[in-house]
Amino acid sequence: MIWELDFALLLFMIFCAIAAITVRDLLHATIILSAYSLIMAVIWSEMNAVDVAFTEAAVGAGITTVLFIAAIARTGRRSSD
Amino acid sequence: MRRNVIIKTVSRFLVPFIQVYALYVIVHGALGAGGGFQGGVVFAASFILMIIAFGLTCVRERFGYRWIVMLSALGITIYATIGLLCLIPGGNYLEYGSIEAALGIPHLHGYLIDAVEIGIGMTVMAIMTSIIYDMGDTGGESP
Repeated sequence: MIWELDFALLLFMIFCAIAAITVRDLLHATIILSAYSLIMAVIWSEMNAVDVAFTEAAVGAGITTVLFIAAIARTGRRSSD
Repeated sequence: MRRNVIIKTVSRFLVPFIQVYALYVIVHGALGAGGGFQGGVVFAASFILMIIAFGLTCVRERFGYRWIVMLSALGITIYATIGLLCLIPGGNYLEYGSIEAALGIPHLHGYLIDAVEIGIGMTVMAIMTSIIYDMGDTGGESP
């Protein structure tokens, strides 16, 4: 556990989370959410939870992003609110 | 979508490696990180790469709904059968040690764990691929 690395990753993760809910374009929000999931996987493996990190990288950054992009392709890219 | 020759070549090279890695994750799940669910998801990710490179209809011809139904039912049947077989010698559900003690075969619980993980991986892979097929299907228009 290196606390400087943890602090930087957590700060960047919070930044990504806030950016994902404030950005107007839904495709941008999906990509930012994928980056958030990748940072989360690094944090999990830094905390010695390799199994959870693997699941987060496979499901959070992989499958969920593809499903969101497919949903955006079938509906609309612009947020209405 | 325009089919790029670079994407086609690279994915044709990468897909077998992703699938072998998924099988490694499934079999290695009893000892280290990973397991049936993660391996199945990684296997489904290789199908996503094939859909991106070669198109939905091409992948669907190779791995259709008949395969999906068969594999998902077979995987969950393997899981439930081994779990229920553990009840016969008097153990709990998925208590592999009871079968090993009753039959007297050494290291049988390791093989049973691997069989259960393979069953979980087959079901997860088939269901994930089915979800991606349904999401990517645009009803006849070009995807």
